[in-house]
Amino acid sequence: MPEPTPEPTPAPRAENPFAYSPAPQSASVAALAPSYGLFIDGEFRPAADGRVFKTVAPASEEALSEVAEAGQEDVAAAVAAARAAFPAWSALPGAERAKYLFRIARLIQERSRELAVLESLDNGKPIRESRDVDLPLVAAHFFYYAGWADKLEHAGFGPRPRPLGVAGQVIPWNFPLLMLAWKVAPALACGNTVVLKPAETTPLTALRFAEICVQAGLPRGVVNILTGDGAAGAALVAHPGVDKVAFTGSTAVGREIARTVAGSRKRLTLELGGKAANIVFEDAPVDQAVEGIVDGIFFNQGHVCCAGSRLLVQESVAEEVVAALKERMRTLRVGDPLDKNTDIGAVNSAAQLARISELAAAGEAEGAERWSPPCELPETGWWFAPTLFTHVSQAHRIAREEIFGPVLSVLTFRTPEEAVAKANNTPYGLSAGIWTEKGSRILWMADRLRAGVVWANTFNKFDPTSPFGGYQESGYGREGGRHGLEAYLNA
Amino acid sequence: MPETKPETQPGTKPETKPGTARNGKAPGKAARAAKPARAAAGEAAAPAPAAVPGPLAVLKTYKLYLGGAFPRSESGRTYAVTDHTGRWLANAPLASRKDARDAVVAARRAFPRWSGATAYLRGQILYRIAEMLQSRGEQFAAEVAAAEGVTTEEAARLVAATIDRWVWYAGWTDKITQIGGGANPVAGPYFNLSTPEPTGVVAVLAPRDSALLGLVSVLAPVLATGNTAVLVTSHPRPLPALTLAEVLATSDLPAGVVNILSGDPAELGPPLAAHQDVNALDLTGAAPDEARDLEVAAAHTLKRLHRPDPDEDWQAAPGLARLRSFLETKTVWHPKGI
Repeated sequence: MPEPTPEPTPAPRAENPFAYSPAPQSASVAALAPSYGLFIDGEFRPAADGRVFKTVAPASEEALSEVAEAGQEDVAAAVAAARAAFPAWSALPGAERAKYLFRIARLIQERSRELAVLESLDNGKPIRESRDVDLPLVAAHFFYYAGWADKLEHAGFGPRPRPLGVAGQVIPWNFPLLMLAWKVAPALACGNTVVLKPAETTPLTALRFAEICVQAGLPRGVVNILTGDGAAGAALVAHPGVDKVAFTGSTAVGREIARTVAGSRKRLTLELGGKAANIVFEDAPVDQAVEGIVDGIFFNQGHVCCAGSRLLVQESVAEEVVAALKERMRTLRVGDPLDKNTDIGAVNSAAQLARISELAAAGEAEGAERWSPPCELPETGWWFAPTLFTHVSQAHRIAREEIFGPVLSVLTFRTPEEAVAKANNTPYGLSAGIWTEKGSRILWMADRLRAGVVWANTFNKFDPTSPFGGYQESGYGREGGRHGLEAYLNA
Repeated sequence: MPETKPETQPGTKPETKPGTARNGKAPGKAARAAKPARAAAGEAAAPAPAAVPGPLAVLKTYKLYLGGAFPRSESGRTYAVTDHTGRWLANAPLASRKDARDAVVAARRAFPRWSGATAYLRGQILYRIAEMLQSRGEQFAAEVAAAEGVTTEEAARLVAATIDRWVWYAGWTDKITQIGGGANPVAGPYFNLSTPEPTGVVAVLAPRDSALLGLVSVLAPVLATGNTAVLVTSHPRPLPALTLAEVLATSDLPAGVVNILSGDPAELGPPLAAHQDVNALDLTGAAPDEARDLEVAAAHTLKRLHRPDPDEDWQAAPGLARLRSFLETKTVWHPKGI
């Protein structure tokens, strides 16, 4: 994760050598085509019924491109292509599959600037994040799983682990290409073939990835990409030719998918919502903790399932921490995602902006105190200023529901036991943060927090070798690391 | 829920202390424990109905096992249990949905302590259960023979396999973390460690047919991984499970770690599948046509599901699948620095 550049509070430009001056990345490298087809059986083709939809830049509300909208017939064609490709792909020696994945990883590295710009255009996230976080992790993920393809018998899932077949994968809009990598890399390494549906609002990098598959010489049908809306995702999940379903997204949709696959032999992994507690003890180094809190909730506009959206701060230092946090928040720069100075980009869609606004309004209505730094938002596009709520109780909606935006709820605690009880007081269980200088307390807390990832004195760190996934209603299964193989093997 | 049995303190029992564990497993001790079960819970020994002349046998009233106590069903219902020929064996409690909810409360209450116990202690207690199984071997063999219609020799073999299965799982308590977790070599200056942790409260529908070996094959992995259990017995063959409860109650297993309900899985399955405080569901004993509905009910709380292998061979080596089904992986990060 990049360290956000510390900026002094704004001062008159003449006196401030660090005054803001725009540093936009050129969008031309994204090389957008006016329209894109579905990627089925190694070729791009229009939807069977010819339907298309527009994908829009959240920062400008301008249409970027027109994309084919997959229907039932296209889902069937893609599943059939994946099914047809499965016998040969799964029979390839692992070392050969590995080489395809290594090729893909290299091609992603070669085209990483193009992909980063495209991601920022389509998603609205700051180029600093797509360039320094998303893309390096995407390439690393393919490198990591490439190396597993010929070592699966050593992964601890039996002497002859077998692939499952066709994986139907549905991914969200918050990290479009990274979520693709998390899904596709382990599936292919294990010998499965895939049909992947990117989110409706962020189809472009997945389609660019399809081009990379072609460049890598990947056999036809091994990877199929279907752009479309939730209906296409639902059709894919329900298709009887799918052996494995993997989904990242909301808990509500995750439940629906679990109902859909009930009674079938389909294997299912779900990576769903979260409401992570970021717990700051009185002995924590305040400046370091504040950086972690900011990174925890404002990274990627807060569109992060593991975002540290509940700050639990020990009562004795609450005032000090909140004051320092506000001071830090004044320096956050909201605006053009392609500007290298930008800390917080655009909210991905009007619908998401409406949801964030509604929940923030509920926070005020329920009596919490709302604060945002003075912050000029662009006139067009979808934006939400970084927002802090104090005087939040556990009963407030903003302390219970996933907001998926740059909104932090601050609660306090007195004892470690109280911190644990409050942190675990949620049906979710994806991640948690601990800030303290006392090692034994970190380990004591880590044992008791019911969450799949615990960041101690850091936050929002990701790595291909490190398993990621939740407890309880944050879903089941793990992605990343040796553990991530299990979802794609008949173990 | 009646709490007639004070919670045991496994950590304070002499036989569970590392230094005295060897003495605790001495044969003499196991033999003593084979005496008729605990008077405190109102239980009596349960010989099969006697056909031989002599003093009239004292029949056992089979009860539920709930929060460490042996209550009747709160509904007051029972049902007749017969052997494979249709001969009446006993009346078993017909547990109600309320009993199922009470069992979940007991299992949830027991979870922090059982999951927080050291792996070594859990292993000690589970091994103790194997000792108690052994000491009641003849009783189990008689019940298995009656339930499954197998010969006495086959029943004895099944009991021996059951004990071996339990010992195998007892040994996993302090090894599964090493097999299932480990350090992750992240690309940065961070300590990063993944550790398997118990999922929580697991509702288990025990297999219909294999009344003892199948039963322990589904229960032991849930316990070995630190979960607590609400177990619904085989509907037609509940007696070995209800006798197992007496073994558990005399093995220093904390109250509520296992709760055993005899009754109809078709009645008890749905409320357990939908229960907000149940984390996982083992569908082994569900009828195929009921399993889908249970999965649908379980989807709302995103319970972890163990779908049975329809051809599961209880005599075969079990592998790790059932251990893995009820574990979560927790990954902890910390920066390295000076």
